[in-house]
Amino acid sequence: MSGIRVLVGTRKGAFVLSSDGKRERWDVSGPFFSGWEIYHLKGSPADPDRLYASQSSGWSGQVIQRSEDGGATWEPVGNEFSYDGTPGTHQWYDGTPHPWEFARVWHLEPALDDPDTVFAGVEDAGLFRSTDGGRNWQELPGLREHKSGSSWQPGAGGMCLHTIILDPAERTRMFAAISAAGAFRSDDAGQTWRPVNHGLHSEGIPDPNAEVGHCVHRLAMHPARPEVLYMQKHWDVMRSDDAGESWREISGNLPTDFGFPIDVHAHEPDTVYVVPITSDAEHFPPEGKLRVYRSRTGGDEWEPLTRGLPQQHCYVNVLRDAMAVDSLEDCGIYFGTTGGQVYASADSGDNWAPIVRDLPAVLSVEVQTLP
Amino acid sequence: MIRVVLPAHLRTLARIDGEVELSVPGQVTQRSVLDALEARYPVLRGTIRDHRTAQRRAFMRFFACEQDLSHEQPDAPLPERVVTGAEPYLIVAAMAGG
Repeated sequence: MSGIRVLVGTRKGAFVLSSDGKRERWDVSGPFFSGWEIYHLKGSPADPDRLYASQSSGWSGQVIQRSEDGGATWEPVGNEFSYDGTPGTHQWYDGTPHPWEFARVWHLEPALDDPDTVFAGVEDAGLFRSTDGGRNWQELPGLREHKSGSSWQPGAGGMCLHTIILDPAERTRMFAAISAAGAFRSDDAGQTWRPVNHGLHSEGIPDPNAEVGHCVHRLAMHPARPEVLYMQKHWDVMRSDDAGESWREISGNLPTDFGFPIDVHAHEPDTVYVVPITSDAEHFPPEGKLRVYRSRTGGDEWEPLTRGLPQQHCYVNVLRDAMAVDSLEDCGIYFGTTGGQVYASADSGDNWAPIVRDLPAVLSVEVQTLP
Repeated sequence: MIRVVLPAHLRTLARIDGEVELSVPGQVTQRSVLDALEARYPVLRGTIRDHRTAQRRAFMRFFACEQDLSHEQPDAPLPERVVTGAEPYLIVAAMAGG
């Protein structure tokens, strides 16, 4: 029978949650790297026992961990992230130039077909790649060196490159997203990049329709239809049908279009999930009701999913990398909260139950569907 | 032998149980002790000092003989009691970092 492995990064360690295909009973292991912030863990699509984890702390900076056995044991690998050349400046919060400084790895994206190749999205925004299983990291400087780079500004959480999507059809195409610069696309395996933000509208920047400067929170793609992208922006849920060349708003009847994560059903490319959050100032669900919203029409029309989720006095947040789906026949949906709960639905979101309730604040959730 | 005490989170990372004893060739300074420590435990590179500049990370502190050596020159000799092993060299996680 198939199995499910949920990789959870929290403020104070990593956890691995395992179940069989029924997804009713769960084994919880961890904390791994206890006391450290684990921004993200992810498994290689080419070798599900190969996992990578981003471990960091205010004291000791960045560590990258690698597992060869599905998270049972881990080995620290390389942690030197040096920008290529002299990195120059971006804008600071007050608009003054600020030197590019490495802070941490937000997101790890293993290559589709090689367990030893993995990409890292970092703060201050940059894209790195390792081709030796995480031991050595080289920047792909074309993104940071885009002519608009000196005008990028951090979002409230820092100037992070938080989303990396590898196109499974056009193997040299990649997408990245940066808060608060926007979405970017490469068609040459990450060597050169261009902004793909046409159609975004952000009231909080001087030119609401600018080429860059948008606070994109998350991008999502269904691998069977890679030209379609979904985006949760600071405000607005957006969709592109042309690989980012243009975007249109699909917020429709959402109670608020602010939020962080967005994801797509494993078997239905037009079924999309978001977690509406009240506002940029109020990082909790509207009315204290934790509701996942699902669109079965590729956006515009949304339905609240509430069964099994707290519908009163709930004031948690769901961060941008904290939602994932499995690929079992009945698609499972998972998300983690800043209150330490990890919720799972084994029926595309109709019914939910917590796997765990009392972890440290959840930063990221990834899911592996095991043979 | 030079005795080095690491904070708990770095002992766990480097799989060290208790104090580290290091043989440090030449003059015993903060730099030479940290160089020897990182040579024995490469996983500690970048977690105490910056990879490229070798500057102390902001929230790591260096103490010995009831003195804060964090702002001393890295090539200044360490106190004799550290050199003889009578006192340990303490690498401390500042209270601000967690």
